[in-house]
Amino acid sequence: MISRFSTMFCAVAATVVAALPAAAQDTVKIAYVDPLSGGGASIGEIGLKTYQYLADWTNAHGGIAGHKLEIAAYDNKLNAQETLVQVQKAIDSGIRYITQGNGSAFAAAIEEFVAKYNERNPGKEVLFFNYAAVDPILTNEKCSYWHFRWDANSDIKMTALTNYMKTRANIKKIYLINQDYSFGQSVRKEARAMLNAKRPDIEIVGDEVHPLLKVTDFSPYIAKIKASGADSVITGNWGQDIALLIKAAADAGLQVDWYTYYAGGTGGPTAIKQANLADRVFSIAEGVPNDPYEPAREFEKAFRAKVGVSLFYPRAVNEIRMFVKAADEAKSVEPTKVAAKLDGMNVTVYNGGEGFMRSDDHQFFQPMYISSFGPISKDQPFEEENTGWGWTEKGKIDTKDTMVSTTCKMNRPS
Amino acid sequence: MLELVTISTLNGVLYGMLLFLMASGLTLIFSMMGVLNFAHASFYMLGAFFGFQISQIVGFWPAFIVAPVLVGGIGALVERYGLRNVHQHGPVAELLFTFGLYFVIEEVVQMIWGKGPVDYRVPASLDFSAFTAFSTNYPAYKMFELLTAIAIFAVLLAVLTRTRVGLIIQASLTHPHMVAMLGHNVPRVFMLVFGVGTGLAAVAGVIAGPALVTQSNMAGLLGPILFVVVVVGGLGSLSGAFLASLLIGLVQTFAVSVNLSVADVLGGIGVAPPAGGPLSDLWNVTVAQIAPIIPYLLLVLILIFRPTGLMGTREH
Repeated sequence: MISRFSTMFCAVAATVVAALPAAAQDTVKIAYVDPLSGGGASIGEIGLKTYQYLADWTNAHGGIAGHKLEIAAYDNKLNAQETLVQVQKAIDSGIRYITQGNGSAFAAAIEEFVAKYNERNPGKEVLFFNYAAVDPILTNEKCSYWHFRWDANSDIKMTALTNYMKTRANIKKIYLINQDYSFGQSVRKEARAMLNAKRPDIEIVGDEVHPLLKVTDFSPYIAKIKASGADSVITGNWGQDIALLIKAAADAGLQVDWYTYYAGGTGGPTAIKQANLADRVFSIAEGVPNDPYEPAREFEKAFRAKVGVSLFYPRAVNEIRMFVKAADEAKSVEPTKVAAKLDGMNVTVYNGGEGFMRSDDHQFFQPMYISSFGPISKDQPFEEENTGWGWTEKGKIDTKDTMVSTTCKMNRPS
Repeated sequence: MLELVTISTLNGVLYGMLLFLMASGLTLIFSMMGVLNFAHASFYMLGAFFGFQISQIVGFWPAFIVAPVLVGGIGALVERYGLRNVHQHGPVAELLFTFGLYFVIEEVVQMIWGKGPVDYRVPASLDFSAFTAFSTNYPAYKMFELLTAIAIFAVLLAVLTRTRVGLIIQASLTHPHMVAMLGHNVPRVFMLVFGVGTGLAAVAGVIAGPALVTQSNMAGLLGPILFVVVVVGGLGSLSGAFLASLLIGLVQTFAVSVNLSVADVLGGIGVAPPAGGPLSDLWNVTVAQIAPIIPYLLLVLILIFRPTGLMGTREH
C-alpha cells in the first residue's frame, strides 16, 4: 500500500516538476491591465483585442526568443487600488511583463509599485510597458528604469499640435476642455504655456476640466463653449469622453475646429461625420492609416480584416516588435536582459522612419503626424466606422523635432 | 449670455425630467413600504438594455412600449417573491436585499450584453433637429424625451389625485392598516406600485439609452443622485419629487457654466486670497469643477435644516 502510494506520489510529483519549467519556457505572458468594465471599457476592450492580435501575429512569425507570446487580461476598473491588486495578481501568477495605457494616474501607481517590487525582489524583476499613459511626469520626476513608454508624452504631442496651430491664421479664440486628473491638468497647463509662447495673439476664452469618464451628457459644456465664442477647441479627452463630447457638439450644431489627442477613438469618427465637421477635427498620432507606407497599410488591412476595428495603437505594434527584438538579441526573455537591450534601442517604426528608446528616461521618440478627418480620395483605402470618411495627413514632425528635455535622474541597476 | 441661459435651462429641464421619471417610482416605493430601493436605478438600466434589444428586432416604437412593461413585470415579481418575504425580517433586511439585487442585475447585464457600451441609436424618425435657438440646434429626440416625461407626470398626478386607485394608494401610504381593514388588498397595492415604479424607471431607460450611453455602469452613475431627489423633494410626495428633479437638473447644468471661484468672490469684495500655500487649490476651484457634488451638498443641508424635504409631510 505504502509503496503504491509513494509510487503514485512520485509520479504526480514528477509530472508537476516536469510540467512547471516546460510551461514557463513555452510561453511568455504579458499582463494587460486596463479597464474592461465601466466607462473605460470600450477603449480597454479594443486595446486587449489589439494585443491579442499582436501576440498571434508574433507567434505566427517565429515567436519571441523561441517562446510563445500570450496576453493575460486583468480588469483594473479604472481605479488605482484595483490596478495594484491586479498587478500583484499577475505577478503572483508568474507574469513578469505588465502593459497598461489608459490613465496616467494608474500608470504612475504601477510604475512606483514595480520599482519597489524590483528593489525588494532581485532576480524576479518585472517590466512595465506603457503604451498610452502620456503624463510627462512618468518619464521626468517619477521616471524609473523599469518603465518604458512607447507613446509620445503629452508635452511632445502638445509641441507638435501647437507648431501646427501656429500656422493656422484663422485661430483667434481657443477653448480648453480636459479631464480632471493628472493628464488633463498637464494638457491645459502645456497648452496655455505653448500658445502663449507661439501665438500670443490667440485668446484663451475658456479653460474647463470635467470628471474623468463620468459625464454622460456634455450638452451643458457645449453650451458654454458656444457662449464663449471660441473658434477652436483643444482637448486631451479620450475614450467615451471624446466621443460623447463631439456627439453633444454634433447635436447642438457647434461649428468649431477641434485639436485633439484622441478623436480617432471609438465613436469619435461617427460623431464627427454626424456633426459634418469635414477636415475640422485634427488629431496627433504616431501613424495615419492612409499614409502611403506599404508595410503599415498591409498591416492595417490584415488587422482590420481580423479584428474588425481600426488599428488605434500603432505604438503597441512598436512595443511588441521591440520586445521581440530585444528578447531575440538577448536570447532570453529574462526581464533584466530585455530591459538592457530596450534601453537606447534604435528601430524603424511601424509607420516608417526612425525611432529610438531614449536611454535617459525610457521615452520612445518617433515621427509624429497631424491628420484631419474628412472625405477621402480614391487612393486612400481606409475609412473609419463606415462613415466613408477617413484620416488624411496634414503635417509630419520628424523624430528630431519631437525631442523634449527630461529631468529624469535614472536609478540604474548595477 | 441669454443664449447660454436658454440652452442651459432646456438642458437642465430635460435632465430634471429624466430624474423625475425614476424618482417618481422610487419615492412612492420608499414612502409606502419604507424600502430604500437601492436597485431602482438597475431597473432603469434594464429598461435601456431591453429597449436596445427589442428595438434591434422590431424597431424603437414597439420597444418603447414593450420594454417598460417587461421590466415592470420583473419589478412586480421581485416584490411578490422577494421583497414580500424579506419584509417580515425588518427594514434592514429589505435594504440589504435591494442592495444585493443591484449587484446581481449589474452582473447579469454584463453577462448578457458585455461590459462595453452597446450601439443603441436614436430612431431615424426622430433624428433631426427640432428647432434652432440662437444658432444652437435642439435635437428632436430631446424634445421627445421632454414631452414624454411631462406627459407621464401629468398622467401620474391625475391617477393619484383623481381616481379610486390613486385614493387607495394615497391612503395606503399613510394608513396601511386602516386600508386593509376596509377590505383592500394592501400587499397587492404594494406590488402594483413597485411594478409601475420600476416600469417608469424603465421608460426613463428606454428613452435615455440612445441619448446617453447604454452600458453596464449606467445604474451606478445615476443611482446615488436619485436618493438626493427623493430626500430633497420629500418622502412620498410626487410634486416634491418633480420639483426636486427640476431643481437638481437645473443646478447641475447651470453650475457647469459658472466659472466663479472663492478667489474671484474674495477678489470682488477687495480681499486678496493668500497666494500659494497648501490651500491655494481650494481658493481657485471653480463652481463648474464642483458641479457634480453640489446635489450631495444640497442633500446634507436639507437633512440638517428641513428633514421632511421641500414638500414632504411625514417626519421620519
